[in-house]
Amino acid sequence: MKTMMGIINLAHEKDFLKELTYFRSGASVPFAGRYRIIDFTLSNMVRSNIQEVAIFARSKYRSLLDHIGGGADWDLDRRYSGLFILPPDWHDPSDISKGDLRYFHNNLDYIMRGKSDYVLISGSQFIANTSYDKLFQHHLDQEADITLLTTTYEESNYLPEYSMKVDTDENGEVTCLSHDLNKSKVFTGVYVLHRDLLLELVQDCIAHYKDNFFMDGIQANLDRLNVHSYHYHGYSALIHSIESYYHHNMKLLNKNYYNELFLSGNPILTKIANQPPTNYQDTARVNKASIGTGCEIAGEVTNSILFPGVKVNKHAEIKNSIIMQRCKIEAGAQIENVILDKDVVITENTVLRGAEEQPYVIAKRSTI
Amino acid sequence: MKTECVTMLLAGGAGTRLGELTNNLAKPAVPFGGRYRIIDFALSNCLNSRMYTVGVLTQYAPLELHQHIGVGKPWDLDRMHNGLSILAPFTEDDGAHLYSGTADAITKNINFVDSYDPEYVLILSGDHIYHMNYRELLEEHKKTGADVTISVLEVPWEDTSRFGIMNTTDNLRIYQFEEKPKQASNNLASMGIYLFNWKVLKKYLEHDKAQSDSSHDFGKDIIPAMLADHCYLSAYRFEGYWKDVGTVQSYWEAHMDLFDHDLEKLLNNKEWSIYSHDSQYPPQRIDDDAIIHQSLIDNGCQISGSLDQSVLFENVVVKERSDIRQSILFPGVNIEEDVFLERVIVQENVVIPAGTNIVAKPEEEPVVLSQNNIQALTNQTG
Repeated sequence: MKTMMGIINLAHEKDFLKELTYFRSGASVPFAGRYRIIDFTLSNMVRSNIQEVAIFARSKYRSLLDHIGGGADWDLDRRYSGLFILPPDWHDPSDISKGDLRYFHNNLDYIMRGKSDYVLISGSQFIANTSYDKLFQHHLDQEADITLLTTTYEESNYLPEYSMKVDTDENGEVTCLSHDLNKSKVFTGVYVLHRDLLLELVQDCIAHYKDNFFMDGIQANLDRLNVHSYHYHGYSALIHSIESYYHHNMKLLNKNYYNELFLSGNPILTKIANQPPTNYQDTARVNKASIGTGCEIAGEVTNSILFPGVKVNKHAEIKNSIIMQRCKIEAGAQIENVILDKDVVITENTVLRGAEEQPYVIAKRSTI
Repeated sequence: MKTECVTMLLAGGAGTRLGELTNNLAKPAVPFGGRYRIIDFALSNCLNSRMYTVGVLTQYAPLELHQHIGVGKPWDLDRMHNGLSILAPFTEDDGAHLYSGTADAITKNINFVDSYDPEYVLILSGDHIYHMNYRELLEEHKKTGADVTISVLEVPWEDTSRFGIMNTTDNLRIYQFEEKPKQASNNLASMGIYLFNWKVLKKYLEHDKAQSDSSHDFGKDIIPAMLADHCYLSAYRFEGYWKDVGTVQSYWEAHMDLFDHDLEKLLNNKEWSIYSHDSQYPPQRIDDDAIIHQSLIDNGCQISGSLDQSVLFENVVVKERSDIRQSILFPGVNIEEDVFLERVIVQENVVIPAGTNIVAKPEEEPVVLSQNNIQALTNQTG
């Protein structure tokens, strides 16, 4: 049976999310009331019968390590294979590799020792509930060198300007990769190729002092490689800014999107916590909300997302906001269009309002 | 490997007074509090009391109980040298024998206890809701030098006839044990928690084993035999919330207790967490027209109707215009539109059809809806 190993490559990911990524990588930003963004990629990989996953961690990975641990909650705590978190730390004086090629070059052992012949490479910001089985089968059926996962979005205003667009010919073969704003087929950052080709391209890039595996190894060689695309039609999101982060969180308050992302396939796996059920008190008024466990709610919550362990006191009002773990909103406080990072306290009678669709972000552990 | 104290958790009871709730389910595995199972309280107490060697004795309908406990991971009892062991009945040279009483269950596992060469053995039952630091009980036991220390709870005088009552001297030495006395002379009830010196207990277990007329029960046989021999039996006074959820009524009451402000810490307590399995359901989704007062809700629930004083386990759906009061909805329950429930317990994955109206009056026992009786009950009221 042909199988894949996984690489989650964070080497080129940017820290788009202002205060939310001051102290953590984009991969470990909390999302949708329970998850971290990387949970979707990890879950989808595990669903695709991938039993070895490496994460190229670049920086600010304390929260990532804390979240993923030994990988048990994704069923990746295996005696053999399993999860490999690979931070950048190497001191080989003969090493001439640059950019993300350093990650491939210095972790060749992982790629060579793996039990799978194929490698699925992904970033962390593609949010979907799927498996990559069909992508893999398509790759094998087409006898492609490389197959890219693509999708399309209706709301082009929430798309990153720099997101890569894919042109294909009638056979599905990729003819051009560009940042053309007028094109609609978006590359999700997920692709699959044979291990031997990966190693060959990596050596080639390093030999020519290149610093970006995808751009220099794949995009630059489109003419000689047989690159295919496979199109994903389900619900998905790409996070690239505070606005898109806020927008895609809020979208999940809608029943249809919630069902598509969470209930259409297998559950999205995340770190297991030990929180009691959320406690709604007599004075609680909650409408249109997505709420994690362990919250105590005595105030008013409208059109908002609450992560686990949030306390909303009597006469406090929360509207159009995202409130992360263990925040406390004291009596009489009013907040609207706001993102509170973890452990923020909003003291009595404080009023905080962000602009619509441009939420005001409060950094972790602030007291306001 | 030598361990000071081995904990033996009795979890084999059928809990017959819980009716439908324990149909094919061991009482300790009955869901509780919107997320937990009853046995989680005793297991979490073990972890919080640093009692890391735990044998769980199972017998009646153990499938879900065994799946729930597994290797003890949620309670950090999956350990290299001690940890949690499930002790189910087994066959011996003279055939297979079920556990025929609480004491017999320990007698049959003397080898298990001996393998840790302990000074003390703590006997617990897996069907009570409470927080207790067993380490303090152990310290007290060592201090008095008793042969056995029995944890007792002050109960209202009018309830004494429902309990095993310990008659004690001023310094809490037990001189008499009365099982469900009509006319009690004391109101200290046994909680079924015993801390024995293992050497003493082992002697009495071996003696009891040979008695053909014994029911092999701690309360009925072992404790009376020790009293008769003038052993030193000491009472340890427990203060705090303790609930025996032995009947459907008391099970329901214990849930309503969770809305009492003084008892909120029973589930949400950073100092004394109750641990359990957690599954991977998304956060709960509350709709535009939902109205929720005094309720506990777990992950994966989707609420469009109204809730008052109700406890919802994971993955419950309550649809538009349904009104749920003082009810307990187990995992996967689906309440269709325009349903009215009051004082009702709905078991796992039961679908309540649109328009159903079921109310248990305050003087009646709460209604338990299961796959077996839902059809009959909805025809009746619909």
